[in-house]
Amino acid sequence: MNNAWITVLRRDLLLALRRRSDVATTLFFFLIVSSLFPLGIGPEPAVLSSIAPGVLWVAALLAGMLSLTRLFATDYVDGSLEQMILSPQPLAFLVTAKILAHWIVCGLPVVLLAPVIGLQYALPNDALLVLVLALLLGTPALSLIGAIGAALTLGVRGSGLLIALLVLPLYIPVLIFGAGAVAASQHGMSAQAHLSLLAACSLLSIVLAPMATAAALRISVE
Amino acid sequence: MQHLSGIALIYKKLLAQGLTCIRGDRVLFRNVGFTLENGSLIYVLGENGSGKSSLLRILSGLLIPESGELFWDGKLIKPGDENYHSDLLYIGHLNGLKDDLTAAENLLMSARLSGYKVTAQTVLNALREIGVGRCSNLPVRVLSQGQKRRVALARLWLTESPLWILDEPFAALDATSVDVLVTRLNQHMVNGGMAIITTHQDVVINAQFTQNLRLDS
Amino acid sequence: MHINWFKYSSPQTFYPLAGKMIPWFAWLAVVFAIAGLYIGFAIAPTDFQQGEAYRIIFLHVPAAWMSMVIYIVMAGWAALGLVLNARLSAMMAQALAPTGAIFTFIALVTGSLWGKPMWGTWWVWDARLTSELILLFLYLGFIALQSSIDDARRADRAGALLALVGVVNVPIIYFSVKWWNTLHQGSTISMGAAPKMVTTMLTGMLLMALAFWMYTIAVALMRVRCIILERERSAEWVKQLSGADL
Repeated sequence: MNNAWITVLRRDLLLALRRRSDVATTLFFFLIVSSLFPLGIGPEPAVLSSIAPGVLWVAALLAGMLSLTRLFATDYVDGSLEQMILSPQPLAFLVTAKILAHWIVCGLPVVLLAPVIGLQYALPNDALLVLVLALLLGTPALSLIGAIGAALTLGVRGSGLLIALLVLPLYIPVLIFGAGAVAASQHGMSAQAHLSLLAACSLLSIVLAPMATAAALRISVE
Repeated sequence: MQHLSGIALIYKKLLAQGLTCIRGDRVLFRNVGFTLENGSLIYVLGENGSGKSSLLRILSGLLIPESGELFWDGKLIKPGDENYHSDLLYIGHLNGLKDDLTAAENLLMSARLSGYKVTAQTVLNALREIGVGRCSNLPVRVLSQGQKRRVALARLWLTESPLWILDEPFAALDATSVDVLVTRLNQHMVNGGMAIITTHQDVVINAQFTQNLRLDS
Repeated sequence: MHINWFKYSSPQTFYPLAGKMIPWFAWLAVVFAIAGLYIGFAIAPTDFQQGEAYRIIFLHVPAAWMSMVIYIVMAGWAALGLVLNARLSAMMAQALAPTGAIFTFIALVTGSLWGKPMWGTWWVWDARLTSELILLFLYLGFIALQSSIDDARRADRAGALLALVGVVNVPIIYFSVKWWNTLHQGSTISMGAAPKMVTTMLTGMLLMALAFWMYTIAVALMRVRCIILERERSAEWVKQLSGADL
């Protein structure tokens, strides 16, 4: 792989390692949000397992979005973003390294934690498996699409709320296919169509989102 | 001490034509143009708010001018021009350093991002040149403003770029560091490099050809 | 015939031109609206299944059409502004957004007004209503992003990029919502079960759509004139203009 690309990836992972509390915050957020629902709705296993796909996906979506504000913000403030834009590598290409780092740090832990929470929601085993698979296929799209929003709102007043407004509507297809996959398997149907569509979302995002993010970053540093 | 100071002398020139910059509804400057060739230096002069930094950002390709063109090596510079970026070193107001990384890590990664193969030793040498060798293993967060600036400027000892664009490189530096930096700039000029700098200090850099670009209208 | 289009792409020349065009479009809007409403409420026959309540579609359907068309037109202007670095195009995009959002809102409100007597409930998670709701979010996101960026040029460019991202996503969102809707059937009644289209009804709706178009153009031009004045307030011609008005 390209040297500069690996450098960006390693740098972001190293930074996450030095600021472990940031990573933990995302994970705790996911945990807390998904634990609040049973408290608000009641412990009835049938009800819980029927809302589980939607609740877990929405919680994953919000947790991912919460961490997005940090994706480029520090780079923007300390000037590393300028240096990345001025590097002799295509910006859209370097951006993929940053997004991958973000996914490893914020997306992957959620994917791994999800089945544990799924157990609390009385999800059967096959549904748990589909949940993990769906999150694995869908969360990259969340990071990729979210990066566009993070780039557009750099240095803008109230950027945290603004990101939510920009990005959440764009997350809807991923939410629908992701939660649909789990629901399908709960009802004894095949989740394959949902999972394929999720993968398609992620693939399309890989093609388009880095370019849009790079363009947005250029606009934002002006 | 061994470092990467040898620039293979490449004959390239930077040509700017009719650059106009508008920020908000204020015209900062209009119709700025110049030619910069090997071994020559441009001082960008002007009061605070006259658009010096904006001009440097335009020249580095970070800011798109309202009108005007830039040519490098006879070719129009487009946004995200990788060819131009590989010949350019820009150090702006921001140091581009990560607070949670050490000085050495910062420099190493920044050099790799620019496509240079550097070792821990060359990085350490660069830091020593500008007098912050002792800080190499400290996280940048604990350094003083002047030290941070010097860590950022240590990139000048790790680069092979012929064109340097430096925004206030002498600010926040002590007299010794200023001398070191001037020596490095002199060396760059002798090697046939080019530089565009803004500064408030009186420094003398021996270039083959020096231009003053005044932005006050 | 040779028209120098670029001449009109400068805000200074466009400002008076827009001023001359506004009354025309405004009057056309009024005429079309009167004709459309007359056909819709006086001529079109009462639907034997839905009674008089169905007549809301003369507002609902054209508003829903406009909400989608305006988003596409807005994205088109935005893209043009981004590619050609044309200020006026970006201003057009900015001027269209509120109107688009209003039409989306009207489509939602009339949809739920129609739904109440039809389905006995104010809101149905119907694929089209849901898509309209998401479209409203997209409009609001665009407006919020533009208004929270102080620098006009950055606001234009960031908004344009967002509009383009939105346009790519709208079909995907629409498809996913439809997919979701068909999977959860039983709870929904499709809006597609609208009364059979009679020619008079279609004419009425088309006239209303034309009225909305003219209204949109008139209002967008008015808004663009305001934006031009605000952005160019330090320009010489604006100062002369305000001097002449005094």
